[in-house]
Amino acid sequence: MGEFKVHRVRFFNYIPSGIRCVAYNNQTNRLAVSRTDGTVEIYNLSANYFQEKFFPGHESRATEALCWANGQRLFSAGLNGEIIEYDLQALNIKYAVDAFGGPIWSMAASPNGSQLLVGCEDGSVKLFQITPDKIQFERNFDRQKSRILSLSWHPAGTHIAAGSIDYISVFDVKSGSAIHKMLVDRQYMGVSKRKCIIWGVAFLSDGTVISVDSAGKVQFWDSATGTLVKNHLIANTDVQSIAISDQEDSFVVGTAEGTVFHFQLVSVTSNSSEKQWVRTKPFQHHTHDVRAVAHSPIALISGGTDTHLVIRPLMEKVEVKNYDAALRKITFPHRRLVSCAKKKQLLLFQFAHHLELWRLGSTVATGKNGDTLPLSKNADHLLHLKTKGPENIICSCISPCGSWIAYSTASRFFLYRLNYEHDNINLQRVSKMPAFLRSALQILFSEDSTKLFVASNQGSVHVIRLLEGSFKHLHTFQPQSGTVESMCLLAVSPDGNWLAASGTSAGVHVYNVKQLKLHCTVPAYNFPVTALAIAPNTNNLVIAHSDQQVFEYSIPDKQYTQWSRTIQKQGFHHLWLQRDTPITHISFHPKRPMHILLHDAYMFCIIDKSLPLPNDKTLLYNPLPPTNESDIIRRRTAHAFKISKKYKPLLFMDLLDERTLVAVERPLDDIIAQLPPPIKKKKFGT
Amino acid sequence: MAALEEGFTLTAVPLGSGPDGPLGVEQSDKTDQFLVTDSGRTVILYKVSDQKPLGSWSVKQGQIITCPAVCNFQTGEYIVVHDNKVLRIWNNEDVNLDKVFKATLSAEVYRIHSIQGTEPLVLFKEGAIRGLEALLAEPQQKIETVISDEEVIKWTKFFMVFRHPVLIFITEKHGNYFAYVQKFNSRILSKYTLLLGQEEKSVTQSFSTSVHRKFISLMSLSSDGCVYETLIPIHPSDPEKNQRVVRSLLLKSVVSGNARSGVALTILDQDHVAVLGPPLSASKECLSIWNTKFQTLQTSKELPQGTSGQLWYHGENLFMLHGKFLTVIPYKCEVSSLAGALGKLKHSQDPDIHAMTHFVNWETSQGYELGSQNSEQSKRILRRRKIEVSVQPEVPPSTQLLAAVQKDSEKHIEVELRKFLAVQRTPDFHTIIGDVVIGLLGRYKAEPSFYPRNCLMQLIQTRVLSYSLCPGLMEFALEKTDVQILQLCLQQFPDIPESVTCACLKIFLSIGDDSLQETDINMESVSDYTATIQDGEIEEQTEILQNGFNPEEDNCENCAQELIEKPQAATEESTSCPVTGKRAALLNAILHSAYSETFLLPHLKDIPAQHITIMDWICLLLDANFTVVVMIPEAKRLLLSLYKFVKSQISICSELNKIEVSFRELQKLNQEKTNRELYSIEVLELF
Repeated sequence: MGEFKVHRVRFFNYIPSGIRCVAYNNQTNRLAVSRTDGTVEIYNLSANYFQEKFFPGHESRATEALCWANGQRLFSAGLNGEIIEYDLQALNIKYAVDAFGGPIWSMAASPNGSQLLVGCEDGSVKLFQITPDKIQFERNFDRQKSRILSLSWHPAGTHIAAGSIDYISVFDVKSGSAIHKMLVDRQYMGVSKRKCIIWGVAFLSDGTVISVDSAGKVQFWDSATGTLVKNHLIANTDVQSIAISDQEDSFVVGTAEGTVFHFQLVSVTSNSSEKQWVRTKPFQHHTHDVRAVAHSPIALISGGTDTHLVIRPLMEKVEVKNYDAALRKITFPHRRLVSCAKKKQLLLFQFAHHLELWRLGSTVATGKNGDTLPLSKNADHLLHLKTKGPENIICSCISPCGSWIAYSTASRFFLYRLNYEHDNINLQRVSKMPAFLRSALQILFSEDSTKLFVASNQGSVHVIRLLEGSFKHLHTFQPQSGTVESMCLLAVSPDGNWLAASGTSAGVHVYNVKQLKLHCTVPAYNFPVTALAIAPNTNNLVIAHSDQQVFEYSIPDKQYTQWSRTIQKQGFHHLWLQRDTPITHISFHPKRPMHILLHDAYMFCIIDKSLPLPNDKTLLYNPLPPTNESDIIRRRTAHAFKISKKYKPLLFMDLLDERTLVAVERPLDDIIAQLPPPIKKKKFGT
Repeated sequence: MAALEEGFTLTAVPLGSGPDGPLGVEQSDKTDQFLVTDSGRTVILYKVSDQKPLGSWSVKQGQIITCPAVCNFQTGEYIVVHDNKVLRIWNNEDVNLDKVFKATLSAEVYRIHSIQGTEPLVLFKEGAIRGLEALLAEPQQKIETVISDEEVIKWTKFFMVFRHPVLIFITEKHGNYFAYVQKFNSRILSKYTLLLGQEEKSVTQSFSTSVHRKFISLMSLSSDGCVYETLIPIHPSDPEKNQRVVRSLLLKSVVSGNARSGVALTILDQDHVAVLGPPLSASKECLSIWNTKFQTLQTSKELPQGTSGQLWYHGENLFMLHGKFLTVIPYKCEVSSLAGALGKLKHSQDPDIHAMTHFVNWETSQGYELGSQNSEQSKRILRRRKIEVSVQPEVPPSTQLLAAVQKDSEKHIEVELRKFLAVQRTPDFHTIIGDVVIGLLGRYKAEPSFYPRNCLMQLIQTRVLSYSLCPGLMEFALEKTDVQILQLCLQQFPDIPESVTCACLKIFLSIGDDSLQETDINMESVSDYTATIQDGEIEEQTEILQNGFNPEEDNCENCAQELIEKPQAATEESTSCPVTGKRAALLNAILHSAYSETFLLPHLKDIPAQHITIMDWICLLLDANFTVVVMIPEAKRLLLSLYKFVKSQISICSELNKIEVSFRELQKLNQEKTNRELYSIEVLELF
């Protein structure tokens, strides 16, 4: 395979936003996650936990509540007082409705999915009717004296429980009046706190209300009598979230210490029908506040300030050993935030509200494997480009020549022309973007930087010719009639003739750029596409899916290549399939068409198609350096997958030229260092 | 912990008495009511909790009461003697003492004694003793002289020993003290000369007694301020002979040595005495509670207005004169025990033992439920009985069993017991079992030939007994050296006091191997051990090799087993083990019993030195006997091997520390390697 010079980049100062809400959808097995910057992400738990969709955040839209209704519809509400519905096809916001109750702290959809409740700052609980294309205000419930922080419907839809400050109210849905007010003890370890905030409530079908509060308590209430039934003091700090399973036999709570507790309804004695709630398992996968938890049929899901989304499978519910049986910790987005201008050795980093352009350094020295070479020139920070407006950046791209930068927010598309004069950079915005170029999900420049491809929502892909300082709209590839799915991934062939575009579920469309027509569609596969690329010379389209399968499709032949058929026949190595992060980028060796470079967050791999494929008995990855000459040769020729786990977590990797790689790492320690300090917990007796 | 509660004055007006204080305070037949006799003419009946008098009786002007009034518990009447010879008997309804029953006796009375369960006794000044009934039948009968001339009765007490009344009185003649013990079952009067020991000159000022197994413990407070104990045998070897008993020092300087008056002593319980008097020569008089076992002052209360040197103790109340007022100070001493902590403590002072339910029975919270269940129960038993035996009286089996225990033969009791155990258990099963055991023990005490061993074994194995439920059982087995019963008790009882555990241990260690050979001991807990002994040394060796850490073997039984095995390993070369299998089983039973270090330690100190090395209660024993252990030659080997072991442990630890330091260095190097700059260009070769 040979020796590479690797530019190891750790100056991409990316900090994921903390997780604020999670909502699990049992019907589609999808998980919606909202972050503190307002971003909403959709994870497909059936597709190896792939983050298949996302809605960009907005500075003024702090999401405080997130819920699914009617199986398919996703709503969020936040401190700007608006209820938002998301369009899961077009990947944009369908509409926003002001609830007129001040900031919204909580939201819950009725069990039958026809009504939506929100709890507001002014103490009001508002009921909305969910109509097929909108929501309609219906009425207010009895107003409470302080903000409603949590809401839960009785599974029959007749009553709701609302957690406020110092008390929980039980409302009758029909009359809208509060039938019980259950006061919560403010005492915390004998000390009276100023206020006891009810962070979460859950209403069970037998009338039990479970509450979690800022005094560290999990309490069970009888909603019929309004009395406290049982009290578990589980933490010294706030218990911030609760989620109950559909069977109502288990629930999960998250605390500000980062601990997640599992409670289960278990028989008091074996073969006795009397059951009681027992705290069974504590999990400590977080360092900071667990702001949100969810309970899928087979896993406990938690997220919080430390930005990790943790999916902890319940081993007793997992029947076969598959992806579901492994603990997941998702920290980084499953999409690229870095683009690279290979010729100029430039890297463009995408942040929520700005872009950074860096020029890589250089060295004249050489060395052997493992050496760090002395730098003759260090990396330069060339540009810091702030966005205008409160919206987060959706996507960005730098052209291979380094002369163009394009990015898009939810409502605006920006294109800049860069002129390099010695060490000075001249940035010039290309104005008067056409009206159709309002929002892009993916931007791509052709290899020769003369064409710009923009995937917009609504499923269309625009082709724009770039001229010096101006542009010309060439064509728009419209989606096939009937489909509205947005294209999220684009790939263009190095010769500029072919453009591949993929949505989240349907197949990959291949367009002929010369003739401006649809060339073919790669058959749809069960799992979403995570990365796409077209190989030079052969024009083979390499597609990586979330189940870790990689296909190679010959565009000219409109069929899968022989190699792809062989590997499908033989199957991938089991360790390859067990990786738990998706491949986010594919690129090719400019001189060696047989080589494919792919990477996920924890490894990169160069596949040499000329070598035999590994089977399950061969060692896929050998962490030890070879000991002698024969070992080197043996390993070089052993199998096609050349894997290195040296750089992790890996956000981006690409081949700059045949002997140079660039790897963008984001060490977790650097992220943790920038988070607020966690609540100190006493270890041992000190 | 012994404690004195807040005292209160009993009389609102000063007693119309001289400086000597009241003649006596005696219990009446009702709890909480006491007869106070002043040294003049008056007897007053007080209800102590209400602090008010219920009745008052006086003799005529010119007459004087010479002996404190007592209550005849059998009739409820009160008895007093005035003018030395005139006996008066009256009851609550009588108003004027002049008009009540009167009997003039032929000799002067020293004291009338009355305690519950027997008729009152009259002690004459010449030492003769008469029962009240016999005396009243013929008041003018001749009273013999028992004690010699110039001999004066100083103190007397009447008490029950194993349900037999015993009267003791102390006389003095020219500074010599004599004790007379009259037992009424044998009608023998024994005389003892009390030898004072070294402090010949001291004058004994106060006496008190308690019964301690086979001895009467006579405590005396001497003028030198020390408390002495004299043990007087209850069953003297030669009753006719005048015997000598020596007193021994029990507590030193509890009161000031030169206190002239106001000094008194009374025994409160097994371990506690109350002492009245000034603790230092200059200080005011005090009431102090001393623990004789630990020689410690438990609590004390100052009596600034002075006292009279009289102290009475009745039913948790201490009575004394404070200034001119009779003062009552309630005394409480809660024995700390596991049973107490569990709430299962049996109230041994309750006379009506059979009617009591000792446990709160949660299964039958409502009375009628219990009743209905019982009746249903008994009906079913009856029906079954009818098939077995033709005629059966209509009594529940428990009553039947309890009746059988009192009179039937051992065989018959066994049959009854088997029947009782065969039927379904009633909610009060454990109390009945407890009562049966107490009944059996009581009968054994009454007729020592009766030894219902099999019944007791069966009863213990019902697994419902606890130490508190039948406190006499283990003492009985200790007395009998019945190791089998002791083993069973140790295995079954959850609340054995540490003193009893230690007594068992002493017996287990000291019992001869040949006598152990004959007993039938449950060897289950040491079954592996006996197997290795039989299979010879090779297997023994492998067993020891496996004694390294094994996470499965964390239950107590295995640990104990290992502990027992270790000394065996140490003496392997000499092939014989000091602990035989049976003894090991017994010791295991001890090791498995619950104990608290605090309470165990003082008792462990009683274990003789030659038994200590074979025991692996090692930490506690070493604590208790450290100086002895390091001195005795048998311990040398153990100490040597312990020393070697500790030495090797220390060297391992220091080596580990060194390794840790080098590992930390390696880790640091590694970190430096990985934790590099924000940007670098590296060479990577893919293979």
